[in-house]
Amino acid sequence: MTGRRGARRGARGASSRAASDPGLDLFLDPLFALANAPLEEARPEPAVVRELPAAAPGESMETAIPVSILNQTAKEVLQGAFPKLWVSGEVSDFKRHRNGHWYFCLGDGEAQIRCVVWSRDQRRIPASPDEGMQVTVLGQLTVYPARGDMQLVVTAMEAEGDGLTRKAIELVLRRLEADGLLAPERKRPLPRYPRRIGVVTSPDGAAIRDVIAVARRRWPAIEIVVIPAAVQGDGAPDELCAALDRLARWSGCDVAIVGRGGGGRDDLRAFNDERVARALASLPMPVVSAVGHEIDMTICDLVADLRAPTPSAAAEAVVPVHEDLVAQLVSLRHGLAEGARWQIEAARDRARDLAQRAASAAERAIERRRSRVEALGGRLHALSPLATLGRGFAVAIGPDGGARGRARQFAAGDAFELVLADGRVAARAESVRLAEDA
Amino acid sequence: MTDPTEGANGGEGVEDQLRRLEAIVDELSGDGIELDAALRLFEEGVARLRAVTERLAGAEARVKQLSEEADGSFILEDFDE
Repeated sequence: MTGRRGARRGARGASSRAASDPGLDLFLDPLFALANAPLEEARPEPAVVRELPAAAPGESMETAIPVSILNQTAKEVLQGAFPKLWVSGEVSDFKRHRNGHWYFCLGDGEAQIRCVVWSRDQRRIPASPDEGMQVTVLGQLTVYPARGDMQLVVTAMEAEGDGLTRKAIELVLRRLEADGLLAPERKRPLPRYPRRIGVVTSPDGAAIRDVIAVARRRWPAIEIVVIPAAVQGDGAPDELCAALDRLARWSGCDVAIVGRGGGGRDDLRAFNDERVARALASLPMPVVSAVGHEIDMTICDLVADLRAPTPSAAAEAVVPVHEDLVAQLVSLRHGLAEGARWQIEAARDRARDLAQRAASAAERAIERRRSRVEALGGRLHALSPLATLGRGFAVAIGPDGGARGRARQFAAGDAFELVLADGRVAARAESVRLAEDA
Repeated sequence: MTDPTEGANGGEGVEDQLRRLEAIVDELSGDGIELDAALRLFEEGVARLRAVTERLAGAEARVKQLSEEADGSFILEDFDE
């Protein structure tokens, strides 16, 4: 800005100074100096001006100035007379030159002006404008000396309804989606009981205080590790990327919060940065975004495993309530004791039951045997030959003591005994007559 | 927990302990389990319960700031709240 003001002051009597004062270029935008370099090399020696001090340059035919001096002077006068201005109009004839600069016309139906955006100024502009887009640009009016064209050197631009920011976000989203970074199945669940929480944010911002306050309230002994990074301004994307990369390499926490406190929409830029989003996506632990803006979604919100509207909400999502766990542990301890008691009682009941069943089974077995013995005894008795004798039958017993139940066992004259129920009778076979069918 | 830069994934987490404890209590509340198996489960449950409780008691409230040395090693410094 001081350089610009200096140029404005220097514009007075600039024709002579431009020709003679080599220090003037210091006041000019270095890029103009670059653009004008061939011209200035070709600039004629200002010898004529010095030799004829009586007449001001260009006042007479003798002091005629070359076109280059005219254009250079016009450029300096214009730059001195016009501060940077916001200008609105419609974009046409947009060209991206191979040297990286953008060229286009800005018009409003009645008039138009040529505009240029140097490549180094483009990183502050979210995206290149589309043909026919209604934009507002911040530009310095100047002259392009090589052509004598008036042009606006644009350093900031936004389209109606944040069109450029939206366009830039859409382009980044399309690339991230193509790489699968927005897929819902990528979302990881948060650990219910994290050991240590990493927080990537500004060490001086409201976000870290909010996270610490909420986290401590829920879990007084919580461990928090801050990975500091600027969250707004031109350096924010680089710092956020570096902090995320450090967190990824350290891997000392099992969940992360990345965010900042509330702020204007312009401040969200870093969280819409593609490199930041990719660094966030490659964290090895689940991450909660907390960009502190209720309405606008940022790209980081879409890539994170969970989006929290504010840093406080992120802390609530990440940090469990200590009392809840204590209650759970008490209930588990109770459940464990009850379970063990139940198992022991169940085992005792089962043992008692088994003993009873065994005893009664044994009793039944004995009873069964006893009755079986009795039955067998009865049958045995019925079958006993002695019982038959009791009914008046007799058995013949040979001298060898064996029973002789058949006629063919006898020969005439054989002595034997007849055994009867009440005694024995000695006998002798008179004759033996076998039955015909025997 | 003695090494401040110790990885967060070392050992079984509270969550795993709680999940196993719940399973143990469920199993102990059911039928069809041998008594010696039940007693082993009970002992395991008590050990896990003690581990979780000790771990929670051992955690120290702190906020640190992660810095990186030139040689790529990490250090945790006290965060100026």
